[in-house]
Amino acid sequence: MFASLMLSKTAFIAALGIASVSAMSTAVAQTATEIQLSYKDKKFEPAEISAPANTPVVIKLKNLDAKAMEFESKTLKVEKVVAGGSDAIINVRAQKPGRYEFFDEYNEKTARGALVVK
Amino acid sequence: MLAALIIVFREVFEAGLIIGIVLAVTRTVPHRNRWIGGGVLVGVLAACVVAAFAGALSNLFAGMGQELFNAAILTVAVVMLTWHNVWMARHGSELAGELRSAGQAVVEGAKSLLALAVVVGVAVLREGSEVVLFLYGVLAAGGDSAWSVALGGFGGLLLGALICVLTYVGLIRIPMRALFATTTVLIALLAAGMAAQATHFLEQANWLTAMDTIVWDSGWLLSDSSFLGRALHTLIGYTDQPTAMQLVVYLAILLVTFVLMRIYGSPAKAMPEPAHG
Repeated sequence: MFASLMLSKTAFIAALGIASVSAMSTAVAQTATEIQLSYKDKKFEPAEISAPANTPVVIKLKNLDAKAMEFESKTLKVEKVVAGGSDAIINVRAQKPGRYEFFDEYNEKTARGALVVK
Repeated sequence: MLAALIIVFREVFEAGLIIGIVLAVTRTVPHRNRWIGGGVLVGVLAACVVAAFAGALSNLFAGMGQELFNAAILTVAVVMLTWHNVWMARHGSELAGELRSAGQAVVEGAKSLLALAVVVGVAVLREGSEVVLFLYGVLAAGGDSAWSVALGGFGGLLLGALICVLTYVGLIRIPMRALFATTTVLIALLAAGMAAQATHFLEQANWLTAMDTIVWDSGWLLSDSSFLGRALHTLIGYTDQPTAMQLVVYLAILLVTFVLMRIYGSPAKAMPEPAHG
């Protein structure tokens, strides 16, 4: 059928795209700031973290509660579900100085924190 | 209970919109309920499996398993939606006309239905796994509030289903001929939006770092986390801070769809069929 022909064409275009993109991406790798963050009893510890401006940030989040949580930040454009008792890595792109709030979507009122970029 | 309702509704909302559109698109196709229903069922089951292995999934690919998984299933949906549009360009008139009961149309229709069933399944899987994880966490924690939260979650599911019905009813009020034209555009935009979302996940996973500058910030005008912003995010891929790569991917999918529809959109009899593969 023509559909399989079409699919292979799409795959080819996609492969081309990925090849050209990965060639570019290796050129712009930057060293990131690493931040440890834990989540326990519906609270972030520490509640405020900081990072230098204009460098990517990697947040290593430990969910110490038994329940799943969703790390979310509207300003940082991050949403990540972290299962109970497990770790997660959250990549944040280089940011301008400012205060960026984040929270647990499942406990939006109590579980809040902020990333301060200086 | 209200918080649970809102959380679950937010997750189910997107799937509800997509299922509503798919139901409207396949209005004239025989056996569509079986296929779409199957897509939902498989999606729910797969969501439970994904939720059960959420921790393990997340740990894959240096902690980026979740992002890459999302990017992969969105890509599957994009391919299926594009395939459907191209298929409709070719066979849409047969289905719209009196030929819809003809044997050939039924057989052909099943192929497009499979593509759309996959899209539905993937949408349910993606949103559903988060709902399962959330509700499971609540029930596992026990206590008095667990049942009220579960009740809230159930209410959220019902509201999500209501969105699906409203989308469907809204679309089927459009006359048949205009419905095809409308849904073709809608599905092309839906596919482009999903491709841009997949791009976002790849950027989150640091697998895609080229052209990651934010092109504009329209958050002051319409935040993509507001209700309207979320609806537009699902429907046309609206995001208030798109990266250059997201825009390029978005436009590329629209262009590819347009070109493929032009190439394969000619009436079936005018072109010999390539071998089935």
